[in-house]
Amino acid sequence: MSQYCTFTLDRHLFGVPVSSVQEVLRAQGLTRVPLAHEDIAGLLNLRGQIVTSLELRSRLGLEPRDEGAPSVNVVVKTPDGGVVSLVVDEIGDVLEPSRDSFETPPDTVPTTIRDLVTQVCKLDDHLMLLLDTERAVTPGGTS
Amino acid sequence: MDGLEEIIGEFLVESHENLDQLDRDLIALERDPSSTALLASVFRTIHTIKGTSGFLAFSVLESVTHVGESLLARLRDGEIALTPGLTSLLLEVVDAVRSLLTSIEHSGNEGSETYDDLVARLSAVLDGQQPAEPAAAAPVADAVEGIVQATVEAVEVTDAPVTPVTPVNPEPVVPVAPVLEVVPQLEPAAAEAVVQAPVEEDHGEGRRSVADSTIRVDVALLDSLMNMVGELVLTRNQMQQRVATREDVELARTTHRLNLVAGELQEGVMKMRLQQIDTLWSKLPRVVRDLSMQLGKTVDLVLHGRETELDKTILEAVRDPLTHLVRNSIDHGIESPADREAAGKPATGTLSMRAFHEGGQVNIEIVDDGAGIDPVKLRDKAVAKGLMDRETASRLNDKESVNLIFTPGFSTAEGVTNVSGRGVGMDVVRTNIERIGGAIDLTSEPGRGTTVRIRIPLTLAIIPALVVAAASNRFAIPQANLLELVRLDATQAATAIETVHGSPVYRLRGRLLPLVDLREQLDLPDVERETTYIVVLKADNQQYGLVVDDILDTEEIVVKPLGHHLRNLPGASAAPERSGQRARQAVDTETVYAGATIMGDGAVALILDATALARRAGMSPESELGAGTVTGAETGEAAASILLVELGDGRRAAIEVSAVDRLEEIERGRVERAGHHEVVQYRDQILPLVRLDHVLHGDGGHPGLSTLQVVVCRQGEQRAGVVVAAILDIVETTLDTRTPLDSTGGAGSAVVSGHVTELVDISQVFAGLPSADRLARTA
Repeated sequence: MSQYCTFTLDRHLFGVPVSSVQEVLRAQGLTRVPLAHEDIAGLLNLRGQIVTSLELRSRLGLEPRDEGAPSVNVVVKTPDGGVVSLVVDEIGDVLEPSRDSFETPPDTVPTTIRDLVTQVCKLDDHLMLLLDTERAVTPGGTS
Repeated sequence: MDGLEEIIGEFLVESHENLDQLDRDLIALERDPSSTALLASVFRTIHTIKGTSGFLAFSVLESVTHVGESLLARLRDGEIALTPGLTSLLLEVVDAVRSLLTSIEHSGNEGSETYDDLVARLSAVLDGQQPAEPAAAAPVADAVEGIVQATVEAVEVTDAPVTPVTPVNPEPVVPVAPVLEVVPQLEPAAAEAVVQAPVEEDHGEGRRSVADSTIRVDVALLDSLMNMVGELVLTRNQMQQRVATREDVELARTTHRLNLVAGELQEGVMKMRLQQIDTLWSKLPRVVRDLSMQLGKTVDLVLHGRETELDKTILEAVRDPLTHLVRNSIDHGIESPADREAAGKPATGTLSMRAFHEGGQVNIEIVDDGAGIDPVKLRDKAVAKGLMDRETASRLNDKESVNLIFTPGFSTAEGVTNVSGRGVGMDVVRTNIERIGGAIDLTSEPGRGTTVRIRIPLTLAIIPALVVAAASNRFAIPQANLLELVRLDATQAATAIETVHGSPVYRLRGRLLPLVDLREQLDLPDVERETTYIVVLKADNQQYGLVVDDILDTEEIVVKPLGHHLRNLPGASAAPERSGQRARQAVDTETVYAGATIMGDGAVALILDATALARRAGMSPESELGAGTVTGAETGEAAASILLVELGDGRRAAIEVSAVDRLEEIERGRVERAGHHEVVQYRDQILPLVRLDHVLHGDGGHPGLSTLQVVVCRQGEQRAGVVVAAILDIVETTLDTRTPLDSTGGAGSAVVSGHVTELVDISQVFAGLPSADRLARTA
């Protein structure tokens, strides 16, 4: 049994292992990086550390968020020991689904999402897509 | 502090550290006499001190350590076994060394003590005798008391204090004479040892000894300290901004204090990281010697400004480039003694290096009096290597030509030696220097020598920067790239900026400054500007004006690297095609950002890389006026920047911008005559004037004009002023509608901006002119 931090993106529910999340930041001023890949939302100041923020919607090939819609930064740890922030729509609860509720993603999941989703978890009323944070924060994965 | 004192200082610090280790090793050795590792360590330490003291001419220290070393060598080789008596003797050596070092530290010399008795006793042991325990015990009681008590034999013979050497293990061949010689010298030595003790204490209170006043610190610790100071500076900046908006006097005062302390702390930590350039240079004499021997040359190395300090990181970064430049100078620059004498120079070449601080930067000059670099040869080479066509090459002036040496894939060595000349090197040198925000420049006088100038920042971590704005983004530009700021209001901008085909140029004091719009380069939305702010930047030996929306502030910024997502930004070629009509010169995937920083208000700002930005804008480092973007590249013919001018009879002519040095207005009254030529005094030179009308066989003079419009053209080192009726514009064109029609002075005609325009062959203009030298003589 492990815990998952959940968040929504374009009505999809995603989950990442709690152990990979450093913190969740609301209402952060992002500095845009002109010329950067569209996946890059900008840079944010995390207590003096400059953290790259990735637009997870774009990373997953989802529709861009509406202008002015709220978003949340989920700061996750990267394999190389750094941190990267993922911009999501809304943060959800921490869930602890049973191990046997996981399955490989069904074909109904769009391919762009499937590339970064390792497993799907069947919850009572909907599905939680388990995001491969390691792949999600690896640059150049989408091109 | 002069060089020798400094070496002595280092020697003292090192030796003190070593002595403490020596004490521990000897004691440990006594417990475990068979340990060869310990013995080797002790031997090394004594050996080091002996070597250095010999070099520094401390003869007493040398003689004491020398016998000590010999003894240790015997021990190490297993010729004699370590006894407590021997250990005491060795500890005595350590004490003698220590007191000698103390004396050197305080008075600069070894003092009057000669330690002859100690040396003699050690020699005696070396000659095969066993040391006498009581002798060691009596005079230097304090030092060896513990050992004496631990040694039963020693206690047994204390009744005979005047017998310094007692052969405990008598061998048949014990020479008696040396033993007796030792006796009379023993007492004064003991007396002095007692007298010396309080004196040492006085010194100790008076001033900290060298060993106590310095510590060695892990560089990683310094780096993390530097980072934290960086954070503190940022927090201070944030605080200052907040305070400015409040009317809290107390808070303002506290902040002011914080400001001062943070500033001093920053300076202090930065100083901690500074090292003298001599730490690099000290290796050079050897390099120079070996290399010159190998090449059969004789070279004197002269170093000035050894004490110039710079940040350790930067020092490391310039290590290889500097060594490379020195090797280059000796290999390619300085000639063989025979060649030098044939050229009337002293057989011994001189390579001098100078380091000094100037304007917050460190300057390093490497000057040789060798053969210099032949610009013609370099131009030929560049053409032969296919780096540029002959026409482009012929337009380079000599300074630009010699700087071709920094082009990747360029090597002038006719024979590849194993020293240098493999075609890698100078471009790598430049890359390395520029990577740390430095600049390199080379001037050469054929036959006289070559001078390489390197300018590098003092430190990398915290740099002063100019903050500018473009489309509500803030960007920091390192001050090192900054030359000046120009502000133009709408009406000024309309006349001062000539913008045709996306190639805007500003006339900065008559010189054409290519303009680069930051918004355009960063794919930010265009905007109509009330006021134009131009940040004049230098990068890669060229200047350009960066057009920004606003100039905000200067700030000390802490450079932070960008995450790996942003290290390789896609260049323009990879970015989605905008409007399709503009094909940019291929830009590699190098990012235009040098890093990021946190501003006073806590927001992140990107740091612009002036060099990368210039490259992205398509400016070639070779041509100072190589402005702007390339249009119409699809026609296959390279576009050229041309200057449109009007002749007296209304005809239009075009001069290639790359041949144009400056645009000037010269009063008619300043025109003088030299021989058959019209000339004007221009920048301490005599500038011949050429009427373009005459070259193009026109009829028009320039009636009644009080000022002449002059296009100062350049071919190699030669300059000429081309007088035209009016300067119209600068355009980029491929000149595809071309006819060979012209009036014998040009290179054909083409349709430019809807008008038939004669193209001026600039070499034709220069053909009829005397050289500047001849002109000077005629005048």
